[in-house]
Amino acid sequence: MKRRTLLSGGGAAAATMALSRPGLAQQDKVKVGFIYVGPIGDGGYTYEHNQGRLAVIEHFGDKVETVYQESVPEGADAERAITQMALGGADIIFTTSFGFMDPTINVAKKFPNVKFEHCTGYKRADNVATYAARFYEGRAPCGHIAGKMTKSNKIGYIGAFPIPEVIRGINSAFVHAQRANPDVEFNIIWAYTWFDPAKEADAAQALIEQGCDVIFQHTDSTAPHAAAAKAGDVIAFGQASDMAEYKPSPRVTSIIDVWSPYYIERVQAVMDGTWTSTDTWGGYGAGMVELGEITGPVPDDVKAEALAIRDRIAEGEHAFVGPINKQDGSPWLAEGETPEDGDLLTMDFYVEGIKGDIPS
Amino acid sequence: MDLSTIDPAILLASLMVASTPILLAAIGELVVEKSGVLNLGVEGMMITGAICGFAVAVETGSPLLGFVAAAAGGAVLSMTFGVLTQFFLSNQVATGLALTLFGLGLSALMGQGYVGIKPPGLGDVNLGPLADIPFLGTVLFRHDFMIYVSLALVAGVWAFLKYSRAGLILRAVGESHDAAHALGYKVVLVRLAAIAFGGACAGLGGAYLSLIRVPQWTEGMTAGAGWIALAIVVFASWRAWGVLIGAYLFGGVAVLQLNLQAAGAHIPVEYLSMSPYLVTILVLVIMSSGRGRAALNAPASLGRSFHASS
Repeated sequence: MKRRTLLSGGGAAAATMALSRPGLAQQDKVKVGFIYVGPIGDGGYTYEHNQGRLAVIEHFGDKVETVYQESVPEGADAERAITQMALGGADIIFTTSFGFMDPTINVAKKFPNVKFEHCTGYKRADNVATYAARFYEGRAPCGHIAGKMTKSNKIGYIGAFPIPEVIRGINSAFVHAQRANPDVEFNIIWAYTWFDPAKEADAAQALIEQGCDVIFQHTDSTAPHAAAAKAGDVIAFGQASDMAEYKPSPRVTSIIDVWSPYYIERVQAVMDGTWTSTDTWGGYGAGMVELGEITGPVPDDVKAEALAIRDRIAEGEHAFVGPINKQDGSPWLAEGETPEDGDLLTMDFYVEGIKGDIPS
Repeated sequence: MDLSTIDPAILLASLMVASTPILLAAIGELVVEKSGVLNLGVEGMMITGAICGFAVAVETGSPLLGFVAAAAGGAVLSMTFGVLTQFFLSNQVATGLALTLFGLGLSALMGQGYVGIKPPGLGDVNLGPLADIPFLGTVLFRHDFMIYVSLALVAGVWAFLKYSRAGLILRAVGESHDAAHALGYKVVLVRLAAIAFGGACAGLGGAYLSLIRVPQWTEGMTAGAGWIALAIVVFASWRAWGVLIGAYLFGGVAVLQLNLQAAGAHIPVEYLSMSPYLVTILVLVIMSSGRGRAALNAPASLGRSFHASS
């Protein structure tokens, strides 16, 4: 019920031109579509994707036209939204949430000449590429800071949905928090939504009331930061975007997704006719994930350690290095072993030390 | 599982905070529907109230003025609905839906400059010794004034509808606008007043979200709360106290399931998350099966347009 299509400036006029000069319009402009799961003003995940779209406009100027639709629900309705965008003449469509995976594949079958790019999924086709950022690498230094900073040894984590991407983030944060502080405990809440500020704030509130003094979030809005600020003496991490509004505290650092170079590269490929279905998964090294400025109450030595972790990962060290056991105690990674990407992409277990079950 | 980490007093207190936005919106919508008007624009009015209240509170530094502005903003927006449906006799369902879409867009526009700003805080009402009563003090007497306003509104609406002459007229208009018209009551005027009241309440609910519960401005931050408010009015079968129970039930289950999760309880959270909706469906089934004894409680003229010539 909260959906509106906004065409970027001159979209309607361009569409009229396209009607009168069909051949030329096709050659002149590449039409790039974006399907967002939240509003572009969420201050987090969708905001960063939209920054990527703006970078595409900035880079290509008159050569591109972009359209986007925000707050598209995951599920059947997404298929309608994507179809509409494909019918509207988009040459390439980026669908930016895990739940758009099957709808993207379905629509792609009907539009073989349109290129599709699905973010954070694993299903590809001749005209469907996938891309994601290694968000879990971003969790590593944050986990270290969390472990060092907590006084109650209770760390709260708000997850959106129990999907591999989120579980991976929890495991990465936990592994590094536990290395910094063997006594840490994770309290995990599943919000079952990517974007609902009131619910995200309530979840943070519930965690804080139960003694958590560090809050991780894997949801899209800045509401948990607002709840942390209200409670005082609680720290949190910017998710997907810098969330600099909450500097220097409660936000002490952030995991920033950087989409602009990828979007520009892919749109360029469409222009050159060199686009192929690929699978891109970059982290610190590729510059698709950045660590935000470390601020607030974090002492200098912890800050230096966190930066060192980031630098090591950027240089090729894996965020998960054995020995790491699964929650039930069975071995996952042997001493010095690192996981294959395939293992990470389907991760459906907690590592040893995390309490609770993953909802199925 | 360690349920001892859940403090029942704090749980009940946060339940009240979580429920207040939908309670405010629902009590306003109750009055609107009692007058025979179905305004589906609650979501739009809530989010407009949220940004109006937020903006004014930030600019003036006074959350109180913020709430006043939120009520005004919600009421003004509701008047577009009022004028369209009462004077131009547009379809109420379609107009209400349009109002929601319009409100979401308008609020996003108005809120451009307010992302990431912290609003001035609203202190708790000092109730002196009452706040020190063990358990009850934490649950009931350490809240901000809007919680008490919302409870007073429920009581006020209940008394107004049940005991006052004006309330009787409002109900008459909602039950049979032709009869009320024949008796000389100004049907359109009564309905416009009800719509404005509903808009003001929805605005307050939205501002409670942006100023106290979250507290920040984010586009689309009501995320469906307005629709829940609409459902609660039906759930309550158009009774004021039923709205209170319904709102606290919705808010309660939401807060409870988050707390249980945080405490690591081994319960399938999916079921808890859907329980308020299941309860609503159940209530609707029961209401409509018993030859609609309660269903008959729906105002007879609900959703029908009125024109003096008809």
